[in-house]
Amino acid sequence: MEFEKLQQQSMAEWKELQSSKKPRILIGTGTCGRAAGSLKTLEAIKNELKRLNIDAIVTEVGCIGLCYTEPIVDIIKPGQPRIAYGKVTPEVAVKLIQDYLAGDNPHPELALGTVGEGTIPGIPKMSEHPMLKPQVRISLRNCGNIDPKDIKQYIASGGYSGFAKALQMAPDDVIAELKKSGLRGRGGAGFSAGMKWELCRKAPGDVKYVICNFDEGDPGAFMNRLLLEGDPHSLLEGLLIGGHAIGASKGYIYCRAEKPLAIERLDFAIKQMHEYGLLGDNILGSKMSFDIEVKKGAGAFVCGEETALMASIEGKRGMPRSRPPFPAVSGLWGKPTNINNVETWANSAIILQKGGAWFAGFGTEKSKGTKTFALAGKITRTGLIEVPMGMPLRTIINDIGGGPVGGRKFKAVQTGGPSGGCLPASKLDLPVDYESLAEAGAIVGSGGMVVADEDTCMVDLARFFLSFVQHESCGKCVPCRVGTRQMLKILERITNGKGKPEDIAQLENLAKTIKAGSLCALGGTAPNPVLTTLRYFKDEYEAHINDKRCPAHSCKALIEYAIVPQKCEGCMICMRQCPASAIKGGKRLIHIIDQSKCTKCGTCMEVCPERFGAVVKLSGEKMDIPSEPIPVIVKNKAAAAKAE
Amino acid sequence: MDLTKLKAILEPYKGQKGSLIAVLQKTQEVYGYLPEEALREIAKELGTTANEVYGVASFYAQFRFKPQGKNVVKVCEGTACHVRGSHRLLESVQDYLHIQPGEITPDGVFGVERVACVGCCALAPVMIINEDVHAGMTPVEAKKILTDIEKSEKTQVK
Repeated sequence: MEFEKLQQQSMAEWKELQSSKKPRILIGTGTCGRAAGSLKTLEAIKNELKRLNIDAIVTEVGCIGLCYTEPIVDIIKPGQPRIAYGKVTPEVAVKLIQDYLAGDNPHPELALGTVGEGTIPGIPKMSEHPMLKPQVRISLRNCGNIDPKDIKQYIASGGYSGFAKALQMAPDDVIAELKKSGLRGRGGAGFSAGMKWELCRKAPGDVKYVICNFDEGDPGAFMNRLLLEGDPHSLLEGLLIGGHAIGASKGYIYCRAEKPLAIERLDFAIKQMHEYGLLGDNILGSKMSFDIEVKKGAGAFVCGEETALMASIEGKRGMPRSRPPFPAVSGLWGKPTNINNVETWANSAIILQKGGAWFAGFGTEKSKGTKTFALAGKITRTGLIEVPMGMPLRTIINDIGGGPVGGRKFKAVQTGGPSGGCLPASKLDLPVDYESLAEAGAIVGSGGMVVADEDTCMVDLARFFLSFVQHESCGKCVPCRVGTRQMLKILERITNGKGKPEDIAQLENLAKTIKAGSLCALGGTAPNPVLTTLRYFKDEYEAHINDKRCPAHSCKALIEYAIVPQKCEGCMICMRQCPASAIKGGKRLIHIIDQSKCTKCGTCMEVCPERFGAVVKLSGEKMDIPSEPIPVIVKNKAAAAKAE
Repeated sequence: MDLTKLKAILEPYKGQKGSLIAVLQKTQEVYGYLPEEALREIAKELGTTANEVYGVASFYAQFRFKPQGKNVVKVCEGTACHVRGSHRLLESVQDYLHIQPGEITPDGVFGVERVACVGCCALAPVMIINEDVHAGMTPVEAKKILTDIEKSEKTQVK
């Protein structure tokens, strides 16, 4: 079928759906939504609709990125604005169907906001939502809005028009358009995508490959997963455009096996592309032949590195090799190959749809466009966001993310995963772009942002990353294999309270060697979390080493759990739950933790009723604790009566 | 052991380059792990050495050479889970089941594994039992879930 016809048909169907006489329900069933229970909510919705005999269209969509308030359900009553609801448990879903779909109470108190045109009294506009307002959603534009399993909905929203346009253009012109956009690789390195494509196009050879890197192995990152679960075709369109521009006949998507739903959505989408003549021979009536194969990885972080990734596609151990030759010249099976990350491919699709100049209108002079970030850790509104490059960290963390959980004090934000760095509060005004973050010792990376508050120990966080890269080091080169092990040993020593004053200099020395001598970027960037924490949080290292104290009360070897005598009400909950039987006490007696028995599991702190909050962690602080259980200290009669 | 299932897995991949990882994945899906005999057979059929096959299989975290527990408890150790207390979560699971990561309980009902990051960072810390992701876990919460599974396993036996 001609593309124009397919487009018209898709748009007509989309329009008909929008003006449907039936009520519509959209439910986010991405991995986050499912973890929050959206499949149970979906079941409840279907059952209730059946029970009340309501004929509604229920669509499973991807996630809009407000993960903290999943499951999210949108309800559209004919002639009414679309309303989004957060934290929709099965009970809430049933209530909404009964009261709003069957009745006329939209329950403004449960709504997040209205989406699109129209308003409803008492419900704010979704575009005014604090997490959404500062965002510019380009690559995430369709997530949560279209059915990821319906190619026509993607086409109706402008999808594949970028590819259709590219097909009419000379490959060099397509690359020129990409260069005009200023798009830089979204996987972390930030190399110009247009230049990368051009190098591969110009490389001699009849057989060429394009590869999408969906290994997304950075702990704390889920940008690509969410994009593929909600809008798989945007990546696939990008690959098609790349295939045409570079002259490749085959594309591979290398997927992280831990993200099964995204792979399922991709497989389904590829099948649909075949059905609609977007893959195979003579695509859309042209001379282009192109196919896409999904390759499942088997769990190795180093396979995010491009030469290791190609080795893995070839069925070998995923070990990097030295460059040159660069993949653009000699890549997969020795053929010229272009590898980009999911977001880069998806961005190239929209760039061809809307033009390079349009994309370059967002962002800063050197970092164009928008970037997705995964907000996680100790932050109030966790989720996935997309903002113009150059937005200050403060806006992202405080305005979009709502600051640290429970109003606690912000300590640091870790960007870029194990290759990145930790930035302190004094760097919050930094604009988020490639150059500014690199200058501060961190990287934009693929987009992970993990917030640490005052309870997070920065030495322990550095140890965590080192233990991660140590574990994931492929072992091929000595600086990475042995060097990271030595750094990890020192960090473990420090967090165990056995650090020596010379350890800091030793860490710095090792870091320099590993950076200079490692074969690939995994090793070359492995010391970054240690270097940035040493740069901004040296006092914490010194407290561990010199005072044997963990200021964040996190390192197990350096803390003690204690029960504050003035706060303990003698309720016996902690005593009963302690798995080590380390708590002495009795009814209305102040409980005491026997430090010789305590395993520091933290159960007592977790189970102590919030209104008492009697269990605390000590690290170097002194507290007067009675030697034997004594009657509780009565604060006032009312409280005592309540406790009885 | 029964190798007929393996033969069926290998059939479509014969002569196809770069298929080793996919073959290993399918084999593990069917047998639950990678038995030595299967590895030797794969080497023979794909025209390579057992050494090569084991080299690839042992490189990737996904492959195991021992059978798995009936219920696989995975504790995520991603960054977000880490800062939200996944180490305490893992410890409590280990304490409760009396096994270390990579081991299975004597009755084979549970196995514990550590995973690097499952991408549910926004709902950290998470624990995955079989395919179900449990979000916002605490040690006490986790023990409750394990107790429930234990109980239902026992009633099934009866």
